[in-house]
Amino acid sequence: MVKAATAARRRRLTAAAFLAPFLVLFVVAMVAPVGYTIWMSLFREQSNGGLGFGGAERVFVGLDNYVRAVSDRGFRSGFANLAIYCVIYIPLMLGGALALALLLDTALVRARRFFQLALFLPHAVPGLIAAIIWLYLYTPGLSPIVDLLADGGLAWNFFDPDTVVISVVNMAAWQWTGYNVIIFYAALQAVPREVLEASAIDGAGSVTTALRVKVPMIRSAVVLTTLFTVVGSIQLFTEPRVVQLKAQGMDSAWSPVLYIYRAAFTEHDYGLAAAASLLLAGLAGGLSYAVTKFGNRTRKGALA
Amino acid sequence: MSVRTAPATPSAPAARPAGPRRLPGRPGRRPGRDRRRSGGRPRTPLLSRAVANSLLIVVTFYMVAPITWLVVAGTKSTEDLFGRPGFEFGEFNLFGNIAAVWQWDGGAYPRWYLNSVVYSLFGSLAGTFISMLAGYAFDKYDFRGKEKLFGFVLAGVLLPATVMALPMYLLFSKVGLVNTYWAVLIPGLAHPFGVYLARVFSQGYVPAEVLEAARMDGAGELRIFFRVALPMLAPGFVTIFLFSFTTSWNNFFLPMVMLSDHELYPVTLGLFTWNTVAAQSPEFYRLAITGSLLAIVPLIVAFVMLQRFWRSGLTAGAVK
Repeated sequence: MVKAATAARRRRLTAAAFLAPFLVLFVVAMVAPVGYTIWMSLFREQSNGGLGFGGAERVFVGLDNYVRAVSDRGFRSGFANLAIYCVIYIPLMLGGALALALLLDTALVRARRFFQLALFLPHAVPGLIAAIIWLYLYTPGLSPIVDLLADGGLAWNFFDPDTVVISVVNMAAWQWTGYNVIIFYAALQAVPREVLEASAIDGAGSVTTALRVKVPMIRSAVVLTTLFTVVGSIQLFTEPRVVQLKAQGMDSAWSPVLYIYRAAFTEHDYGLAAAASLLLAGLAGGLSYAVTKFGNRTRKGALA
Repeated sequence: MSVRTAPATPSAPAARPAGPRRLPGRPGRRPGRDRRRSGGRPRTPLLSRAVANSLLIVVTFYMVAPITWLVVAGTKSTEDLFGRPGFEFGEFNLFGNIAAVWQWDGGAYPRWYLNSVVYSLFGSLAGTFISMLAGYAFDKYDFRGKEKLFGFVLAGVLLPATVMALPMYLLFSKVGLVNTYWAVLIPGLAHPFGVYLARVFSQGYVPAEVLEAARMDGAGELRIFFRVALPMLAPGFVTIFLFSFTTSWNNFFLPMVMLSDHELYPVTLGLFTWNTVAAQSPEFYRLAITGSLLAIVPLIVAFVMLQRFWRSGLTAGAVK
């Protein structure tokens, strides 16, 4: 009895010891920064000049930073750009990925491994480098695409501030479509064969089977990828930051994270940056909740 | 040691991490050809097959063309870069370009490369090990509030990393860590998704009976983890390592916020600086293009060679 008790105690201690390194880092890299952001968002830091942290004065301002952020046109237009981006990017990328995965899963296609690898290849390229490659492919004189379009009578300026969102969407879609194809395809592989056979016996064609049987069965994969895509999209930074190198007239706070970056590191307005960060994190949380809720609503017989 | 006689050691590293329990109907099923034969469906018309395949070929071209362009552009001199059509080779100047990249500013690029390796390799090795420990503990031990804690950790997956960078910068600047290797390494070590994957892998790979048997033999918990569980978890280790490696190799925002000393830059940040200058001085295009090419080649090789590992990671993440 005593022996069993000490064994259980030892196991609890082991669990604590195994969890400790991660939990310490989790607190340092996630919990503490969130707490500090909340605290910072309630103060206004009046920094003296460029570099002096020491000379900064901190004044409690309550929710004023939030009010300033929300009433700032730059912040709102950043959100407007982000909204347009999301509305184009998320359905296009996820819909495209789903369609490609379903196509790969039909009997129509050969050389599946080759296609999977080719589609996934862009994901092996770091996001910044992907953005840089596309930046060149958008640059007249350097890019074969711009010339090709011009020859075809479609002179397109990828750096036009009004339509630059399309250039940004393309960069992101190139990187992420293949990744999601692989996830969907893997989930499709797990759909039990009997179900598909039953569907075929019932006389369903491959399109009907795909939409009515396969898609509902991989619902959990769709919900999960939507979740990750939404959270990732909200943090849009690298692609517009790189396009900005060429697109004159593009707002320096084109996306919310660019706004936060500018507020923090150009204007040294940490309170404003913190408030904006929390608003953004709140949006991410809210949307994640909505996606999960909506995704789970009619999901009963799906995989656990 | 008798505990070594593990009954269910997965011998093939390509095994499904989630275990057959999670993937009903999957084992032994080769998709595609089998299904076509057994499905009893009429043979698919030639037309739809042609449409489906051409669609995939077009998409494949879209995916591969930019990388091909980079390869071609990497072999060109500055004049050819602007003087010749994008996909047409000019005078072969790849080695000249590589030399220029290598020698710029007394070897800044190799230094960035080395930094990236340090951040990604050591950061990911340590981070994966830490995730493994935590995931294993979440799976194999019981303690009060376990599921609540796990849920709390999982919520961290959804926390926007870019939002964390600013407060972390300010906190790190208070303790003098800004502009050091640690500023980029430490945040990369906490990897909630890795913990989640590790728990899934631990469920699938390490049977509880084996641990019980080891305990009967009098092995301590630490010894059991290192000598029994960790070898079984090896394929999972590789998968989590790959995830964490690509995340940190791709990382751009965090180093941009944390580092001001060029000597500490990873490749991504260095390439970004070259691009910032390229608008004024076009000879930097050649450097940035060849530098990008050199940075992605090892990644692409690694991805092609280690396909089964990232594939199993994606599957574990998705089929849940």
